[in-house]
Amino acid sequence: MRLGLNRIDRVGLVVALIAAYGLTAPFALFRANRIVPGEGRALLSALPSSLGTIVLAISVVAVVVALLRLPLILKFFTSLAMLVVLAVAIGSASSFLMPEGNTYARVSPGSGFWLLGAAFALLATDGLARLKPSPLLRIAILAAVALAIASVLFSGLWGGLSIMKEYSSRADTFWTEAGRHLTLALGSLAVAALVGIPLGIIGHRIERVRSVILNLLNIVQTIPSISLFGILIGPLSWVAVNVPGAADLGIRGIGMAPAFVALFLYSLLPMVANTVGGLAGVPGDANDAARGVGMTDRQRLVQVELPLAFPVILTGVRIVLVQNIGLATIAALIGGGGFGVFVFQGLGQTAMDLVLLGAVPTVAMAVAAAVLLDALVELAAPANVADNANNREVTA
Amino acid sequence: MIEIDGISKVYGQVTVVDNVSMTIETGSIATIVGTSGSGKTTLLRMINRLVEPSQGNIRIDGEDTAAIPPHELRRRIGYVIQGHGLFPHRTVAENIATVPKLLGWPQDRIKTRVEELLALFQLDPAEFGPRFPHELSGGQSQRVGVARALAAEPNLLLMDEPFGALDPIIRAKAQTDLLAIQKHFGTTIILVTHDMEEAFGLGDKIAVMDGGRLLQYARPEDMLANPATDFVASLIGTAERPFRLLSLNRVETAVETGAAEGSPISGSISQREALAELLWSGRPSLPVMGGDGSVIGRVTVDGLLKHARPA
Repeated sequence: MRLGLNRIDRVGLVVALIAAYGLTAPFALFRANRIVPGEGRALLSALPSSLGTIVLAISVVAVVVALLRLPLILKFFTSLAMLVVLAVAIGSASSFLMPEGNTYARVSPGSGFWLLGAAFALLATDGLARLKPSPLLRIAILAAVALAIASVLFSGLWGGLSIMKEYSSRADTFWTEAGRHLTLALGSLAVAALVGIPLGIIGHRIERVRSVILNLLNIVQTIPSISLFGILIGPLSWVAVNVPGAADLGIRGIGMAPAFVALFLYSLLPMVANTVGGLAGVPGDANDAARGVGMTDRQRLVQVELPLAFPVILTGVRIVLVQNIGLATIAALIGGGGFGVFVFQGLGQTAMDLVLLGAVPTVAMAVAAAVLLDALVELAAPANVADNANNREVTA
Repeated sequence: MIEIDGISKVYGQVTVVDNVSMTIETGSIATIVGTSGSGKTTLLRMINRLVEPSQGNIRIDGEDTAAIPPHELRRRIGYVIQGHGLFPHRTVAENIATVPKLLGWPQDRIKTRVEELLALFQLDPAEFGPRFPHELSGGQSQRVGVARALAAEPNLLLMDEPFGALDPIIRAKAQTDLLAIQKHFGTTIILVTHDMEEAFGLGDKIAVMDGGRLLQYARPEDMLANPATDFVASLIGTAERPFRLLSLNRVETAVETGAAEGSPISGSISQREALAELLWSGRPSLPVMGGDGSVIGRVTVDGLLKHARPA
């Protein structure tokens, strides 16, 4: 056969298989009210017939583009276009499927939508990774994607979707919980950096301290998050009762305080380990020269060691931030707030749309944080140290 | 004048440097040569107290180095290591400015000094000043390393195998440049090497170390004539002796009266190079020209051979 296997893109094959299955799976789910199981609607029955046919045709073309070895830039823009088509399609499906004047019925994306979305998101990120855009361009693309999603949200295109209905009935608490989620994730990161970097510096200088700290933090890291949140209730209630002024600061056995402390404890290991690793990776030559030219230990630390270790330390910040954004969800279990509130409420009410209202922003924040910090890590590293920094990522 | 007086370094049971004494005259170059593990680098690092001596003391122009805080002492002494040790996150100009900045020189004086040094090392300040070390070749990095060591106008320069990472051609040029710079500033240099050729080529005096002990410290011609031990003799290499001796002196000191055929050679090259030229061209003699380009006489194979053994 002329059209041999070498014309087929391997990642594209995976994407095509997922997408092909997605096209046959239910595109949207219709439910009479928010807690009953949904009935699936295939692509052609979920949309007005002309629009359905167009979306199907575009999808088939996009799958073929994914499958063949074509210029990466073409694949990238095809997958972006396909994601836009999906966004528009699910929006119009929600208004098409919704019976007139019915406020109880719900329309939500079906497995077909998610599979198609995942397939083309995979194609887009694969294309992007292989195109190797500069860090600044990646940040710009992230901003553009965020802007595009924001404008879809404000346009009301998705207003008929169940997740947006859950949002509109909780708009106030949504933003309060978003604020708490960010406070937990970023606040614990900031404190962990303030404590972890000096600990890492001491650990780098004194071998014994290093092994004690790292072993201790390794043990902390193995405690399952729910247990750690629970373990902290006891000591923090004691502090609240016995330390004057602690209760006024909001320190209680349950609520934000134990969640904050738990996230802080989880953040310490990556911060300390990456600081130690970064400092250990400073070239011996540079250290020797720094001493040889007459720098004091403090000058050597500030002028040579920390700047050279900075990309690795920033990698630690990236690990912590992404980890914290995810873990902060658990805080809701002990009354700490955050997006977890919607996830656990939703689980309790078997209302999956409410679960998604908590989960989707959490995932989006984690992805955005990862992209942003990866770009910053690359920007921070001088060209010759960049390769080392990437190889030297310290994991728990 | 640097006076090293009964200096020793002991790590646990191991004596790395054993009771070494030597004096280096101001404005001269002393090379310390030895095999790896001979203690030569430790000896060098005790001079700027990167290694603290276990015993003995070192005086620079009469001042005991133990009485000066180590970081202040090091700011007064230039220090060059193998593989240059430039700070990878700082530009060439920032690297060179390191010590003047530590000493708190005013900005404009630092800037002038950096440009002066870059020009001296044949690096265009506008082009190379803003570059980062990874954008330099090996030879350029090495020159910047020496420029950084000289930035605060030290009277003493310590060099630990400074040319070890360079290829032979760049290495020879770096050695010539170093001699010119040394002449220019009158800096006292102590240079550690494992290369006998380099030790002879650069040193006004050569110190040979083995097993932590100083075996001999002498002028090159004295060392060639009277090696103190068999080890020194073997390090010099018996087959190399006549050629080493010839390379110590310029051809102008071997000029005879008379005329010779062929294009004249410069009087400032070494006698070894002149002999090589004679042997290769198959002539018994060649005309020699002085600094002004006029012929001052001739060298002959027979005449040069007389210079190839100790007087």
